[in-house]
Amino acid sequence: MNQLVIHEGSIIITLRLSRPIRLAALLIGVLGAVVLSLWVGSTTSSAAEMLHALFTPQDTVADISIREIRWPRTVTALAAGAALGVAGTLIQGHTRNPIAEPGLLGINQGAALAIVAVATVSGPLQPWPQALLALFGALVAAVIVFGLGQVDGSRGSPVTLILVGAAVTALCAGVVSTLVLLSEAALETLRFWQVGSVVHGYHAFLALWPLLLLGIVLAVANARQLNALTLGEATARSLGITAGRARVIGLGAVVVLSGFAVTLAGPIAFLGLLVPHVVRRLYGADYRWLVPAAAAAGPLLLVSSDILGRVLARPGELPVGVVVAIIGAPYFVYVARRRKLVSV
Amino acid sequence: MKRRHSFITALTLAAVALVSLIVHISVGGTPIAPGDVFTTLLGQAPDQRTALTIWEFRLPRSIAAVCAGIGLGVAGALTQTVARNPLASPDILGITNGAAAGAVALMAFTSQVSGLPAGLSVYGLPIAATLGGLLAAGAVFALVWHTSLESSRLVLVGMGISGLCAALTSWMLTLGEVTNAQQALTWMAGTVNGASWEDLGGMPIVILGMALLGGLMRNQREVLALDSDTARGLGVHLSRDRLIVLGVATILAIAATVIAGPLAFVALASGHAARMLARTTIPPVLHSALVGAIFVLLADLIAARTFSVVLPAGVATAVIGAPYLIYLVLNRSRVRVKA
Repeated sequence: MNQLVIHEGSIIITLRLSRPIRLAALLIGVLGAVVLSLWVGSTTSSAAEMLHALFTPQDTVADISIREIRWPRTVTALAAGAALGVAGTLIQGHTRNPIAEPGLLGINQGAALAIVAVATVSGPLQPWPQALLALFGALVAAVIVFGLGQVDGSRGSPVTLILVGAAVTALCAGVVSTLVLLSEAALETLRFWQVGSVVHGYHAFLALWPLLLLGIVLAVANARQLNALTLGEATARSLGITAGRARVIGLGAVVVLSGFAVTLAGPIAFLGLLVPHVVRRLYGADYRWLVPAAAAAGPLLLVSSDILGRVLARPGELPVGVVVAIIGAPYFVYVARRRKLVSV
Repeated sequence: MKRRHSFITALTLAAVALVSLIVHISVGGTPIAPGDVFTTLLGQAPDQRTALTIWEFRLPRSIAAVCAGIGLGVAGALTQTVARNPLASPDILGITNGAAAGAVALMAFTSQVSGLPAGLSVYGLPIAATLGGLLAAGAVFALVWHTSLESSRLVLVGMGISGLCAALTSWMLTLGEVTNAQQALTWMAGTVNGASWEDLGGMPIVILGMALLGGLMRNQREVLALDSDTARGLGVHLSRDRLIVLGVATILAIAATVIAGPLAFVALASGHAARMLARTTIPPVLHSALVGAIFVLLADLIAARTFSVVLPAGVATAVIGAPYLIYLVLNRSRVRVKA
């Protein structure tokens, strides 16, 4: 049933479909993006070539490029997108700040810094040590940003949090550049820890997928508590929710998911900002639906951005972090410019 | 008393700047004694080789650092005055990143289209950087002009535009044939490595002229620093004066970016630090210029001369400036809670 909805002064026609159907539509979108991602590259494969590569692989050029290059990067984008989307949704929920996200708050850069700092001394790391370092770095950055962001009395004004986050991001990015330049690493590795790309993460994904699972389980467990906390901490307490415990679980999920995403794809900013805004439009304010929807919308956005990066810079390609920033920065401006930063 | 304090700090800062300049020239691949630097600059070089090293290699680099510092410092002081907001500086607002994006866009364009006049890559660069910087500044100020410039919205919108310009710059660096990693670093982080007299071109004159102009607009600055109702009550054409001062600041920031790339936090920190040192209500232009020059000279010394690898100065200004931003933000919010 079509319905007119007055939304922030503009009139939008929304399709009133039930929420499971909308989630299914989102998942079909993800599937479409995956197919497109396997299809489009520096050369575009035909449908026959794709089927051939997927079901009866031989060592033809098309088979190898699809199985060895496009499939791994697609899976990496799916996993990193889900992690960042859910992390962004949780952060915006807990801070009630519509412009918070792990990239802008310096959590992703903190994770990248921890990895780079150890890797420049010890040489290349295995996925698990790398992931543990990323979790440690993300945790330290999160504690610093949330700690300093709350100095001004109440739970941190949106602007204070973002500015402290920007400073921590700049600081970590500066040190990462220094370390990378000093270790005279190849330009490829340099770009990876500065911008974020999904080209190298498949190996890490095969080892680290339990972390993604853990993060999403924590997020789902956190969803009901977050619903109660949205009503205010006093109401939440009367509903039997301990605010402190809920915040710790939420922060834990954010750290696990951000650390995982950074280990796979480097520090990607703005994705965690976009996803919650998209899913709130589709699902309203119920976090029991927002979390799974973010786990579908994040991959959709990241895979699409990755495809766009391959098309925009042919015959080379654009790191996905740059594409997401080109889309996300104007949206950030749009949200920041609205009359008042509405709490979510 | 107040004037005297301000005069003494200016003199002290000038002395520190001079010492930093001489140290900056003397430290390098082959160190030159500070005394020799001094006599060479006065035209009595001890030998031919020292003279050549200083005049051809060391001095352009040091002048680049000084000019970038002056440009950014004064630009920061001016925007902070107009917006009445210590966080509103051209580097936070995306003007420097916009200028860098403009310059890189031209480089990407000229590397893909053949048969362009050779002059385009030489004279086109400052023009393209100016267009990019003006576009970014115009976008930021136009998007928030309807509300007060003091609001944090200005800073947030600026941060968004800044991020967009940085992303566009890295995109265009992949489009153009920027095989030279040093060149790419210049436009991403900011550096004065390898600056030559040809690179500087007329930029030092632009910067000194605009800085002087900014310093002379003392009356406008002091009125703009009042709240807008009072300023209007005094019969000031507020929008016009704001536009003029912001225009001067934008040109300064762009010229500094053409020389040294988008050095982070120099404009933000210099204006504010100068205001604290001089104990004035608005950032003083002369002090800000000197603090900016000292900041860039020292940052370049740390970045380029501490390690075996020559790092870009922008890395050091980011690492030094970021804690300063945190300090500013926390200080500001504490003041607001008190009020």
